[in-house]
Amino acid sequence: MNCNCEKNTDLSLLEPCLEKYAQVPGSLITILQNAQEIYGYLPVDVILHISRRTGVKVTKIMGVATFYSQFRLNPVGKYLIMLCQGTACHVNGSQQIEKTINEYLKIKDGETTEDGLFTLKNVACLGCCSLSPVMMINDETYGSLTPEKAVAILKELKKKAGEED
Amino acid sequence: MKIAVGQGSCGIAAGAQKTYEILENRLDKAQNELCVTGCIGMCYLEPIVDVYDGGQLYRFVRVNETAAEKIADAVNSKDLSAAFEFKISEDDEQFLKKQTRIALRHCGVINPEKIEDYKNSDGYKALSKVLSSMTPEQVIEEIKISGLAGRGGAGFPAWFKWNAARQSEGEKKYLICNADEGDPGAFMDRAVIEGDPHNLIEGMLIGAYAIGASEAVVYVRAEYPLAIRRLKNAIEEARKNGIIGKNIMGSSFSCEMRIKAGAGAFVCGEETALIESLEGSRGMPRLKPPFPAQSGYWHKPSNINNVETFANVSWIILNGGAAFAAMGTENSKGTKVFALTGKIKRGGLVEIPMGKTLRDVIFDIGGGIKNDKEFKAVQMGGPSGGCIPAELLDTVIDYKALSATGAIMGSGGMVVMDSDTCMVEMARFFLDFTAKESCGKCVHCRLGTKRMLEILTRITEGRGSEEDIDLLEELCRTVKDGALCGLGQTAPNPVLTTLKYFRNEYEEHIKEGKCRAHECTALLKYEINPQMCKGCTMCAKKCPVNAISGTVKNPHVIDSGLCIKCGNCKSVCRFGAVEVK
Repeated sequence: MNCNCEKNTDLSLLEPCLEKYAQVPGSLITILQNAQEIYGYLPVDVILHISRRTGVKVTKIMGVATFYSQFRLNPVGKYLIMLCQGTACHVNGSQQIEKTINEYLKIKDGETTEDGLFTLKNVACLGCCSLSPVMMINDETYGSLTPEKAVAILKELKKKAGEED
Repeated sequence: MKIAVGQGSCGIAAGAQKTYEILENRLDKAQNELCVTGCIGMCYLEPIVDVYDGGQLYRFVRVNETAAEKIADAVNSKDLSAAFEFKISEDDEQFLKKQTRIALRHCGVINPEKIEDYKNSDGYKALSKVLSSMTPEQVIEEIKISGLAGRGGAGFPAWFKWNAARQSEGEKKYLICNADEGDPGAFMDRAVIEGDPHNLIEGMLIGAYAIGASEAVVYVRAEYPLAIRRLKNAIEEARKNGIIGKNIMGSSFSCEMRIKAGAGAFVCGEETALIESLEGSRGMPRLKPPFPAQSGYWHKPSNINNVETFANVSWIILNGGAAFAAMGTENSKGTKVFALTGKIKRGGLVEIPMGKTLRDVIFDIGGGIKNDKEFKAVQMGGPSGGCIPAELLDTVIDYKALSATGAIMGSGGMVVMDSDTCMVEMARFFLDFTAKESCGKCVHCRLGTKRMLEILTRITEGRGSEEDIDLLEELCRTVKDGALCGLGQTAPNPVLTTLKYFRNEYEEHIKEGKCRAHECTALLKYEINPQMCKGCTMCAKKCPVNAISGTVKNPHVIDSGLCIKCGNCKSVCRFGAVEVK
């Protein structure tokens, strides 16, 4: 596992959230959600900082952070591909789409491409079952996927990222 | 004219936002009004544009960019017939006409982002009636008369839970809405929140008044960003209108409401696990009793219902419990919403009175199976439910009748399968899900589901043995008996129902090494029919492992030792010469 103790994480970004929630009981998940929104994942020093400010033990925070599928302990790529593996998508061929993405980007579930552009994550259900198979990339949903269509979408994003650089 | 674009999550995924933008740029806005509406429910026809000309509704479907331009021009010239090529067909209109909509009555009709639209559709009249002329006991009595049962899956009478929370001692009580719709293949709750958030708020406030709660929380799954945004907006608007907060509508009743975004854990659909999650902990179920009605959120009396349950409440108050109870069967009253998906021609949201049959939903409303293939089974209740085979298609939609098949009513997911779906693989798929989602508290669930998954994987890979079926059955019984919460107790259902109705498929996998649906790749064998092969060499070129040999204009051969069963050869062959066995 890569070490992700970045020494220069700007902890002050989390301050507004901590000011509001640090002393409100039961707010741990909300704080972690905010932290992930800011940093893209949950760096170790952020977790330690949350523990100091809320008084919640680090073990409990880690317990919560590893229990819920939303939380990540490692950075993700610029584009997070959430590939739906719900029942309707499964019946309509989501496994074929996964295989295609695996081959095209050379990453498996949970992995990030070497260029840091894409992370693939299988998710349970995005609730767009009528358009199955479906994937969501950075809050945008793409439906009625075929292996060709999935590759075309990824190609387009690669191109877009290249232009932005 | 008024033009509404259906913008639920699935409509947007189908391109409704682009459609909306084109209309916005092109429409003559001095003459016409453009607005957003929720999910109309006919997801297979998205994007959908509704044009209201006077009292008349014209519905346009599959509105892509060209269609949107033509519709905008037709509206501007006040001659809609110019765009009639995109109008919904009479056949497709039946999809909605055959439904009875109560929980979904405003979805796809009103603008979910405007409280005025909801108020103009009898919105908040039920709350006003309750606060001005009914005691909490009378409200509970009306719900009792209606026979409304919890729509989250278990089907427990709503009034009973409300009454238990009402009777519980304590000053502080909580009302919680379970919108953690984690069941894969179900999206009714998302549609209600996205399309009619005020209806949920009104139902919750009536519930809060009935049990005496001063604080209400909606636990929404984080995978539904649009639902969270619309609900947040609706709560703010309701607060500005004096509907949430102190002295609601000038009465002595006060109630606060807030949203809590879930963090992704299927087990949080279980009410005590949900409470743990609300308190900021890992979502692990508590031992019952005490029930949440006695000791729930922060150990105070709490009542939890799901979204669809609350979505029926205001209708019941306005129309009377008896009108609701007049629909349905002896055991199951009112209507139920189903998310119809899978290998179905017309997929979408279907709300029908209880007592209709599965055949009515799948064939009459859903139009039957895609590509006119053969119906094999319908999966109901997700990972806690089961697969119902073709011979039971006339089963009535009723809590008891569905449970008798081994499946459950569940929250309303209905995934249709045809002959291309392998039932052993289906069972493996669900066990993979429950094994991952098991919270780990009980040994039987944590390890039992894992062992079951291993056995099922073995069978789908052609490594199963005859004892495996007995072992599976034994594990099913043990997990059912040994688990604490609903997740574990129902996890074996997908295995039990497929073993009950499709045992021959298990046996074929094990004894003959055959998967009749051609889904389990390890059991497939690709062969080229020499009579059909023209020797075009296309398959050999596309084979990633060079397993195909042959010369031009002569039949090719696949070396099964090298073949990785990727299916490339079959998909590129223009002569249908590649056969899968």
